Amino acid sequence: MLPQDPSPSPLPASAFPRELFAGAYRRVAFFGGIYSNYLALDRALDLARSLKVDAVFALGDFGAFGPHPDRAVEILRGNGIVSIQGNYEEALSDAAEDCRCGYVDPRDNHYARLSFDYTAAKTAAPHKAWMGTLPRHLRMTLGDRRVLCCHGSPRRINEFLWASATSDAFLRKLLDDYQTDLLICTHTGLHWSRFLEPASGGSAGDGRPAGNGLLARHGRPARGIINVGALGRPANNGRTDVWFAIVEAGDDGTRIEFVPVAYDHARLAAEMEREGLPPEFRETILTGWWTTCLEILPAKERASGRY
Amino acid sequence: MPLDEASRLSGTTNIVFPDVPMLGLDTVWFQVAGSVCNLACTHCFISCSPDNHTHAMMDAAAVEIYLRESESLGVREFYFTGGEPFLNPEMIPILRAALRRGPATVLTNGTLITARRAADLKALSEDSAYSLDIRLSLDGFDAAANDAIRGPGTFVRILEAIGHLAAAGLNPVITVTEACEEAVGSAGRARLLGRLRDLGLDRPRLKVMPLLLLGAEAGRTRAYGKEETLAGTELTEADAASLQCASGRMVTAEGVYVCPILIDFPEARMGSTLAETLRPFPLRHRACHTCHVQGLNCRT
Ligand code: SF4
Ligand code: SF4
Ligand SMILES: [Fe+2]
Repeated sequence: MLPQDPSPSPLPASAFPRELFAGAYRRVAFFGGIYSNYLALDRALDLARSLKVDAVFALGDFGAFGPHPDRAVEILRGNGIVSIQGNYEEALSDAAEDCRCGYVDPRDNHYARLSFDYTAAKTAAPHKAWMGTLPRHLRMTLGDRRVLCCHGSPRRINEFLWASATSDAFLRKLLDDYQTDLLICTHTGLHWSRFLEPASGGSAGDGRPAGNGLLARHGRPARGIINVGALGRPANNGRTDVWFAIVEAGDDGTRIEFVPVAYDHARLAAEMEREGLPPEFRETILTGWWTTCLEILPAKERASGRY
Repeated sequence: MPLDEASRLSGTTNIVFPDVPMLGLDTVWFQVAGSVCNLACTHCFISCSPDNHTHAMMDAAAVEIYLRESESLGVREFYFTGGEPFLNPEMIPILRAALRRGPATVLTNGTLITARRAADLKALSEDSAYSLDIRLSLDGFDAAANDAIRGPGTFVRILEAIGHLAAAGLNPVITVTEACEEAVGSAGRARLLGRLRDLGLDRPRLKVMPLLLLGAEAGRTRAYGKEETLAGTELTEADAASLQCASGRMVTAEGVYVCPILIDFPEARMGSTLAETLRPFPLRHRACHTCHVQGLNCRT
């Protein structure tokens, strides 16, 4: 399908462990948490192809939340999508007790447990073994920009990087510590991006998350973060669409496009019902509002949802 | 030196205490109101009260110096506590300065939050791209339970504060300590959440916090026993990383302490700038045992 290097070569083992160098690109699509939403994944792949990207990468959390976890994994593997581990893949391949999502509230953890137990029971052993072989991080270049892809943050697989809770100072430190210009992540389920001044010590970026579908242009050499959001569930904004991101090295800087994906969400909800998944999860799929895992949200992100 | 102090420091001969590493300065706390509080709760772990001046208030200029330093060290978020932060006359400008640089959380008893102050806080929050989180502590479902711990008349004042914040469009996190036994069970939780909805919080946020057997709380229940230390314990990397002292520091008017919990212990003062405190710290104190066993951290 997509022209993509099938066998990325590892970085020297000494630099950062469990990283792969995935190659040099100009225009790339990144898929965040899929949460078993194989219907949205399928649509997103078609969309990415029609939008003429050089490659597609998946940033972990293939399972959780939705029905029939093997279906999403089979699409990824069948299409040779280069992927990294999320907390779900780490937990499933380790036979861990829970999803290591990083929630702290008892109600959040109750739903996280339902979701993990279902996914763990329904994921085939060979897929779990494959998850254990995935790298933690991917590195690549987009034009002259160095890119690091991770699941939560480069230092912790389940660290939440929210727009309103990630300071510019902290972001700069991550970019410096991990020797990259662009940091690409998921795990929160909400897409956003922010660019910093070219050199450290400058004034803050505008701090605001980029809007839905916005094409953001920034003069080079850009440094910043792109949280690609999730294909698995909507972005807590009352729309049933889910999202992925395209990042492109252009002559005028780095461009980011958040792409909404419309898919057969009614069918997904019906399948979730047949599989005995909680009605609260179906409500999210059908309304676009999050109903669970809310207590981890910072004030701003919490205030913009319905619950 | 009192006996307890002596036994606490007894690790000098053959007992080995684990060191917590400093992994990165994610969280900077400010003891912004010192130890002065308009209440004198029986469970307060630093025994704050209207006339406890052990720790002085910080002025905006002092806070600014540390905000700048934290920024250069890659800080992720700020927490403000006391005492009661809103006794500090510069609290609003201090929060504004913090919110220019990152997300901020204020821990308050709420009793000084008027309609006017709630509106000021809302304006601050709107002006920043970062989150302003307000944590308001409550100790029971009714005046009898709460006021027994926090003092007469406080329940009504806290509910009023929640009402003011809700009316201004802010959604505080309500924290209850385990002293409120009902809040630990799910039925009690549901009742408390219902009560908060009645006050106008349509998306109530609730956190239950473990108690620390220090300060006034040591008199109310019990102090830490001799066996409750981390002597001889080996911390795994994950255990160490989850402790507040592995990723945060507490700034006070008298310098920088290892964590918000130990500011009454001189050996916990690590320096006068943040940079000089970015080194390991030996976990000798009994409170360290609670942190370790209960997984107490600022995310809980
Ligand atoms: S617990 Fe909080 S409100 Fe109560 S005395 Fe201590 S600082 Fe003041
Ligand atoms: S009391 Fe807790 S946070 Fe403070 S030094 Fe001990 S373990 Fe660390
Ligand atoms: Fe995740």
